[in-house]
Amino acid sequence: MADAFNFELVSPERLLVSEKATEVVIPATLGEMTVLANHAPTMTTVKPGVVTVKLASGQTNQYVVFGGFADILPSGCTLLAEAAVPMSEINRETLQKRIDATKADVNAATSHEHKTKLEEYLSQLTDLHGAILPA
Amino acid sequence: MPSLKDLKNRIASVKATQKITKAMKMVAAAKLRRAQEAAEAARPYAERMNKVLADLSAANAGNAEAPRLLAGTGRDQVHLLVVATGERGLAGGFNSSIIRLAREHALKLLAEGKTVKILTVGRKGNDVLRRSFRENIIDYVTFREVKQLGFAQADEVAHKVLALFNEGEFDVATLFYARFQSVISQVATASQIIPAKFEVSEAADASAALYEYEPGEQEILEDLLPKNVAVQIFRAILENNASFYGAQMSAMDNATRNAGEMINKLTLSYNRQRQAQITKELIEIISGAEAL
Repeated sequence: MADAFNFELVSPERLLVSEKATEVVIPATLGEMTVLANHAPTMTTVKPGVVTVKLASGQTNQYVVFGGFADILPSGCTLLAEAAVPMSEINRETLQKRIDATKADVNAATSHEHKTKLEEYLSQLTDLHGAILPA
Repeated sequence: MPSLKDLKNRIASVKATQKITKAMKMVAAAKLRRAQEAAEAARPYAERMNKVLADLSAANAGNAEAPRLLAGTGRDQVHLLVVATGERGLAGGFNSSIIRLAREHALKLLAEGKTVKILTVGRKGNDVLRRSFRENIIDYVTFREVKQLGFAQADEVAHKVLALFNEGEFDVATLFYARFQSVISQVATASQIIPAKFEVSEAADASAALYEYEPGEQEILEDLLPKNVAVQIFRAILENNASFYGAQMSAMDNATRNAGEMINKLTLSYNRQRQAQITKELIEIISGAEAL
């Protein structure tokens, strides 16, 4: 039995999850990473993707997050997501709406740097769309 | 001296007003609870964000290449005042106290020869400030149509602020809102959001050194600072919302009580007058009978 640690998933609006977990997979910007207990203190940005949480009770939950960052300590892991939805509640329309909004932002962006950043975000969103909702 | 009929009408009208204020008080109380819950639910995110950024900015203090959202533009000539008020009135001194604070701040800056730009959030503040600072108001956001205040609304405001900042439209941004202390006390507050300021906790420095950053410290900071602006605005909006209902509740409570007092007074003079009339009629009848 692996050691358990505190996992918290927080969105600006509320605390979504605060439970003991044994294993959490985070879609970090530089690639997916799995957090186990006693992880070295790490701070990482998170891209849109799926977070998989294996709870200490053995249950596995999945959440879709839209960017944010994670604060990992040996004793716990806090994921601050800009928006987070349980996997079961996600549907094509909400995702598509987000993609459309980002597309509009890309077109409205004035600075080059900003535009590149948004385009990157858009491609991550589209990836996510393809991955979790196969046509 | 008003006639009996006039008094009766006035009592009826005050009673009707009292019913309305009583209903508004109860509605405000129900909404206040929800607004307070929302403000409370948003706290963990803001706290964590603040902690992480305080660590990062402590590590970046004195760094010449620190992002401009943290270090500032190096000037403080142009000030942006983000004034968040309510959409509606009938909330006692809620709107006016925020507006007064913002106005004093603006006048002080103008007296120092600085340029002031104002972004109003909420209809009330916009209406009032437009009278005295017409040229200074550059934008206006309203949540009139919004039923449930969410992060999306705060993000919208943050977008505007950040876009202005990136275009070099201002150097310092200050946010005005009412901090919710309790149902009867809301404090108008000004807090600087750009350049960002953090309360650094004592323990922060020790743990910050051990962190591994992915991708890099600088990148994370650049990613988080704009988010922090949105979070700050979100918090201000939620606090404002709770404050608004708190202020409305106590204002309506007062109004209901005042109406009650007024009804008592009016009923008293109504009864007195009725009694006087009866006495007068009796005297007339008796003196009429005696004359026979």
